[in-house]
Amino acid sequence: MSEYLLILVSTILVNNFVLVQFLGLCPFMGVSNKLETAMGMSLATTFVLTLSSVCSYLAFTYLLQPFGLEYLQTITFILVIAVVVQFTEMVVRKTSPMLYRVLGIFLPLITTNCAVLGVALLNIKKQNDFVESILYGFGGAVGFSLVLVLFSAMRERIAMADVPNPFQGSAIGMVTAGLMSLAFMGFTGLVNI
Amino acid sequence: MSVIVTAILALLGLAMAFGALLGFAAIRYKVEGNPIIDEIDSLLPQTQCGQCGHPGCRPYAEGIAAGEDINKCPPGGEATIHALADLLDVDAPELDAEHGEEKAKQVAVIREDECIGCTKCIQACPIDAIMGSAKHMHTVIESECTGCDLCVEPCPVDCIDMVTLDKGHAAWHWDPPKPGHIIATDKPSRIEGVSI
Repeated sequence: MSEYLLILVSTILVNNFVLVQFLGLCPFMGVSNKLETAMGMSLATTFVLTLSSVCSYLAFTYLLQPFGLEYLQTITFILVIAVVVQFTEMVVRKTSPMLYRVLGIFLPLITTNCAVLGVALLNIKKQNDFVESILYGFGGAVGFSLVLVLFSAMRERIAMADVPNPFQGSAIGMVTAGLMSLAFMGFTGLVNI
Repeated sequence: MSVIVTAILALLGLAMAFGALLGFAAIRYKVEGNPIIDEIDSLLPQTQCGQCGHPGCRPYAEGIAAGEDINKCPPGGEATIHALADLLDVDAPELDAEHGEEKAKQVAVIREDECIGCTKCIQACPIDAIMGSAKHMHTVIESECTGCDLCVEPCPVDCIDMVTLDKGHAAWHWDPPKPGHIIATDKPSRIEGVSI
């Protein structure tokens, strides 16, 4: 049990995908202008990341490994992720229009989020088992959501602030992200796996 | 050689399985438009008055479909709120006083001898119920007017009145029967030509 807890703490804080492993930076910079969209993006990412982490684990264990095709993992994972996202979008759109309105536009965007492929590949690299890969994907997604929401809240404040001309826009965003990343580096050594 | 064949077959099988899944999903989970917006729109009073904060009834219908409160429509009043609550299967809230109070149906009437023909009310009218042109007297088409009172405020000479059409059931009274229109009696009729 404590092992699972460690995986969560490690992915959320210590090895945060965005700020420590530098995965999924494009949505981190791109969708963080408004808190509301950031929350929608976080929800959608959490959903997709967990699901695709599981699916790609299954594809790897039951299809690639028995045939000795481990070298096909990247292309297989991309295929799996794309299908999972597409299928989820269709189902959500039909069954829950409310949820679709929240997540809708973000779902296709997430297909190309490198954190999603990153989680799948890291699961294999770390030789996580089934439950561990669920937790790894979920923890990674929660970590992503946490920093995305924090960062977008900060950017909303910064938009009001008196930023010097050369730093306006993305520049101050990058500086902020860097400082946040430094802060998250402080978690290093909190947990050792 | 066999390694390549296995690899190709595995990927092919995976791709075909996923393709079949997506093809199935595309048919099984097909969505046609968003019918709920039309249904909500048909329940709204179509006054286009903008008291809900939207530029008209249809935008408000889209807002409701997107999760907005259903109690922002004063012209529709309680009846509209209840109809919407039924449709959306939610509890019917009280009318939000912030957007105005429910009033009996009114129409705008222009005091025509005071009208200077400025056309400002024509521009304000969301449903084109005001006739007239520049420097000519305007008038309101009563059957078209929704009573949204958007034309009252722009009028520079304040010649538009809101007249209550339906006085509501408090003011309603039963007209006394007119002589000769007695509904049931066993007496022979005293009025010629009327047989009971």
